[in-house]
Parts: sequence; C-alpha cells; structure tokens
Amino acid sequence: MSPLLAQDPTLADFGRDPWWLVLGKIVFAFAFGLLATLLGVWFERRVVGYMQVRPGPNQVGPFGLLQTLADGLKMAFKEDILPKAADKVVYFFAPTISVICAVTALSVVPFGPMVSIFGHHTPLQVTDVPVAVLLLLACSSMGVYGIVLGGWASGSTYPLLGGLRSSAQMISYEVAMGLSIVAVFMTAGTMSTSGIVAAQGDGTQLTVFGQTIPAPGWYAILLLPSFIIFFIATVGETNRAPFDLPEAESELVAGFMTEYSSLKFALFMLSEYVAMVTMSAVTTTLFLGGWRAPWPITIWEGANSGWWPMLWFFGKVIALVFVFVWLRGTLPRLRYDQFMRLGWKVLLPINLVWILVLSGLRSIEDWDTRGKVIAVGIPAGILLIATIFWPSRRPKPKPTTQEQVDNRPHGSFPLPPMDLQVPPSPRITRVVAEREPANIVAGSDSREV
Amino acid sequence: MTTSTVLAAAGSVSTGEAVTFWILAPLALIGGIGMVAARNAVHSALWLVLTMLCLGVFYVLQAGPFIGMVQIIVYTGAIMMLFLFVLMLVGRDSTDSLIETLRGQRVAAIVLGLGFAGLVGTGLYQALDRTNTVGLEQVNAEGNVQGIARLLFTKYVFAFELTSALLITAAVGAMVLAHVERRKQDKIDQVSTMKARFAPGNYPGPKPGPGVFATSSSVATPARLPDGRLTDRSTPAILPQRELTAEETSLKGTDK
Repeated sequence: MSPLLAQDPTLADFGRDPWWLVLGKIVFAFAFGLLATLLGVWFERRVVGYMQVRPGPNQVGPFGLLQTLADGLKMAFKEDILPKAADKVVYFFAPTISVICAVTALSVVPFGPMVSIFGHHTPLQVTDVPVAVLLLLACSSMGVYGIVLGGWASGSTYPLLGGLRSSAQMISYEVAMGLSIVAVFMTAGTMSTSGIVAAQGDGTQLTVFGQTIPAPGWYAILLLPSFIIFFIATVGETNRAPFDLPEAESELVAGFMTEYSSLKFALFMLSEYVAMVTMSAVTTTLFLGGWRAPWPITIWEGANSGWWPMLWFFGKVIALVFVFVWLRGTLPRLRYDQFMRLGWKVLLPINLVWILVLSGLRSIEDWDTRGKVIAVGIPAGILLIATIFWPSRRPKPKPTTQEQVDNRPHGSFPLPPMDLQVPPSPRITRVVAEREPANIVAGSDSREV
Repeated sequence: MTTSTVLAAAGSVSTGEAVTFWILAPLALIGGIGMVAARNAVHSALWLVLTMLCLGVFYVLQAGPFIGMVQIIVYTGAIMMLFLFVLMLVGRDSTDSLIETLRGQRVAAIVLGLGFAGLVGTGLYQALDRTNTVGLEQVNAEGNVQGIARLLFTKYVFAFELTSALLITAAVGAMVLAHVERRKQDKIDQVSTMKARFAPGNYPGPKPGPGVFATSSSVATPARLPDGRLTDRSTPAILPQRELTAEETSLKGTDK
C-alpha cells in the first residue's frame, strides 16, 4: 500500500512548478472545459436521441462528432442583437461572468496523482489550497451573478423572471449543497481537494463491537445521504432538467437568455455545459474517490499510479454526465413551488439530522464498547418507542355517497337515485347493415349495391 | 513559491502580495466610490460586489484563506444576491433623485466623509506603523481553518452561540411578521364550495344582471325576477336602490 500512497500529492507539493508547467496545466484545464462542452453537447444529444428512439446528430463528422463545432461556428457568425432597453455594460459582462466562474472551478479539481512531466515530479492538478472546496462553492455562487445579471440587463420580462427564479433557486440549493459537503469535511478532516481524494484512498478501519471492519473508502458509500443530497443540489445548481426553471421554455420562452444571441448566447451555453462537467468532476472528487480506480481494477498494483488514474477520473466524470442526461431524458420539470419545497423542507432537514447523527457517531468513536452501546442504544430505543407509540392520525372513514345524500338538510335540491340505471332509449333502433355479397355480373347494374 | 509562502504575510511583504495589492486596492476603492456615485441601485450593488471580492482576495493574501472564501461565499454570493433580488423586484428604471432636500447636504457629506476617512486613516497609520506583527505562524501552525475552529469553539463559544441565537431570533421574527398562515378550516376546497352553493337557502344560479326585466338599464335599478318581484341580489350593496316612477319613465316629449 505504501508505494501507492506515495502517489498522493500533499499541499506541500503544490506551488513548486516552473512557470511553463503552471501555464501548461492551466491551458489543459481550460481546454478540458471547452472540449468537454464540445463533446458534452454531442453526447447529450446522442444519448437523449437514443432514449427517445431517434438517431440524434449523425451527419457532421464521424458519428456526428463535429456537429457542435459546426453549430458553434454558425453561432459566431450570427447577428449579435442588443435590445434597446438593455443595460449595455451589464448585458455584455453577464455571460463572461458565468463562463469565468465555471472554468475557474476546474483549477482545484485533481485530475490525477503525482506524475513526472519532463523530469518534474508534479501533481496532475492546477493548484490546491487548504480551502479548495470552499473555492468551488464560491465559484458556483458567483456563477449565479452571470444568470441573474443577464436576466436583469436584458430589459425584458421573461429574462427578468428567469433571473429572479435563478437567484432564489441557487441560494436555496447552495445551502443544501454546503451542508452535504460538511459531512465530507468531518470525515476527511480537510478541505483541500487532493486531501479529500487521499482520505478516500485508505479504507478507514471501523471498530464495531470489538470487531475491525475495513470500511469502503468512497464517501458515496460511507456518506450515502450526503452524496444523494449533494447530487440533487448539483442538478439544481447547474440549472439542469428537471430543475431548469430559470430557462423553462414552456413558461419563460428561454428564461434569462431569451434576449441573447450569437456569441453571448454561445457563452451561456458554454458555461452551462462547463458547469455540468465541473460539477460532475467535483462530485467525483468529493464522493467517488476522485482519480482512484474502482474496486476490481485496484487488484492491479499500478492502477493508482502514473497517468492511468486520469482514465478512471474521466470515466467517472462521463458516467456522472450520463446521469445528468438521463435525468433530463426521464423527468418532467418541477413546478417552482414544489422545487423550493423540496430544497427547504426535504433536503435541508434530512441533511441537518444526518450531520447530527454523523457527528454523534464520530464523537463516540473513542469510547469503550459499553459506552458506545449505551450512546447508540438509548437514542435508538427512544426513537423506536416514539415511532411505535406515536398517536396515529388515521383519517375518519369517508361516508358513502348514499350516507352523504341521506344526511343532506331538509329542503336540499332533489337528486335522482344514486344507483340509477339509464335505460336505453326506445327511439334508438339498432341498425345492422345487411348486404348481400356484391355479385359483379353483367346486367346486375339495376340492383342496388 | 509554495502556498504557505504566498499566504504567510508576517513581517515581510512578498512581491506577489505587493503586486496583487496594488492591482486590487484601486479596484476596491473604485468599487466603493462607484457604489456611492452610481444612480441605478443595481449598478450600486454591483460596485459593492467588486469591493467585496477584492476584500476577499485581501483576506486570502493576509494568510486568512478561510475568512476570504467565506467572505466571497456568504457576503458576495448570498447576501448581495438577496439584495439584488429585492432591487430587481423594485424595477430597473428606478434611479435616485438628485434633488437636494437639505441645502448644502451633499457638500457637507463629502467634506465630513473625507475628514472621517482621513482621521481613521491617519489614526490607523500612526498606531500600526511601527508595530511588528507577531504570532501569525503560531496561529496558523495547525492550519488556518483548524485555528479558527479552535478559537471559535473554545474561547469564543459563548459569543458564537449567542450570535447564532440572535440570528435565529431575527429570522424567526421576520417569518412570524411576514408569513400569514391560513388555518386549515379557512381553506375551502372545490367540494365544500359546491356543497355550500347547493345548500338549502342559497340560490345556486348566477346573480341576475342589473336591469334585467327592469324599467331602466341603470345599475342602481334592481332586476325583476320572472315572477315580477324585485331582487336585491342584482345591485351592489353600496348603491341606493331606486325604482323609477311612471312619470320619469314616460317620454319627455322632446322629440316631435
């Protein structure tokens, strides 16, 4: 295990690169974002096409791979319309804010372990800071400004409504998202992304009732409620279906980007897809073991060293992007109030209770077995008794229709009997077509056929 | 240039820190001035966002990465967003009026503001010029986040909890004041509406329009039911009822 652990970069490994290596990493991360958009749009259209039993784009390039490129070029040459009522400066800056925030988040995502590039031993990650995950949160919360300002600056009603929706939506779902990351912080003991990946590498030894059980390392398994809530919040944060209320085309035309055209629209598109890929990468990092190989591959010794981990990382990211597309292909859009209720009344309380339980479990970790049994058993027993003896509010049985009719006050409208069978009208006679088989013989013209 | 050397600002000022400061400090000032000078409320808020972002970076530079990021997430990301939310609801065309209600108010405000800034600036400069900063390494020895957490949950835990109680009280108070809870029995569903409509004593049909079968088409004239009776249900309650006399309804004889 030790040669594999040596591949884990620590915070001290960052900031030692020569300038060309830093530049190379930045260009790589940026190109990754752009390329992921190009391929992501194609991937989404193909997958949704497959789900809807149609081919999807398949004409431009092999398998239609260059379709997005062609669309992008076309978009660049379209007329750039500036609405008369628009606030020009803000209107111009809004898409750029979105893109910058979406791309910046990629800078702290670990793509792989320590590798050797031209003799330099360096981690496959642009940079890492002790508060890297907070940087990700900051990027996503600043990215909202692009959408909100774009909606406001367009000077038109539908975009404004889209912007308002998006600001409320993002704030609500950021709370749920931040709370699910808290569980990760508590378990990993660090906020740096490379540290979290490293913490998921070694399966922690859980001692339950005197027996040592090697727990799985991935936080998606250890912290399953956090993982589910985080992913739901991620979908809400990236404005993807079924939570794409800021751009709900059946209600708001195109939401915040109704007035945008040409390259500015392309920038919004770009930021949406980069955000989707970034969020998938972040989910991978925080919950799915980052660049670490999944179980069957780990039997091979060298799976977590060298350049291979990048492959596992991209595989996980693509799988998550597939889930995004799958959700879009499957679920209808939520109504806005249902969506807010889900965020504030379901995700948030569950998260809080889960964090409480988790911190309780962690604080009794060092106790002896008897203390643990008492500490877990008493709340569990109280919970069990409360569930059993909770006064059930069984609704009264609904009166039958006949009872309701009988209980009506005197002087009510007359009603026909409830079991009234309407007899068939005697005026309707049953018409049966009776016709002899047509006999096409000469001289039979006179007969009516 | 490791992360620690970038962040550790004790004693000496590194080149990177100086460059960042001299780029961002003017920007932060411009943001502050712009916030006051901008006439549109949303522009004002955006200038403030610029200042807050610069401040966040300053915190990071001053070896406080946690407070810097929290500044950006909480203040810029959430609180300013709520401000923007309200400002957008107010409407985009509402700008500040430049008419002075108090004569000379603006000049006085500028002079007093500059004076106050100068006072605070010189005071701080005098007080902190020859001060040696010590103890930054010790404070951040086990990590910035851990250091803050240790202080927050040991020495200042009472103040921390008190603040949170205050915030909760404010939030709950705002909810209680603003939220109108409808009682369950006040909510009328479709079935009970229908039952009430067909209950004995209530006429289930639509109200007769004013002037139906009446002698005049005035809204004040009650309608006549098919049996010839007058009905009050056709006229608004605030109008005085008036049945025209035969003299009033007869032709005036003005047209020959």
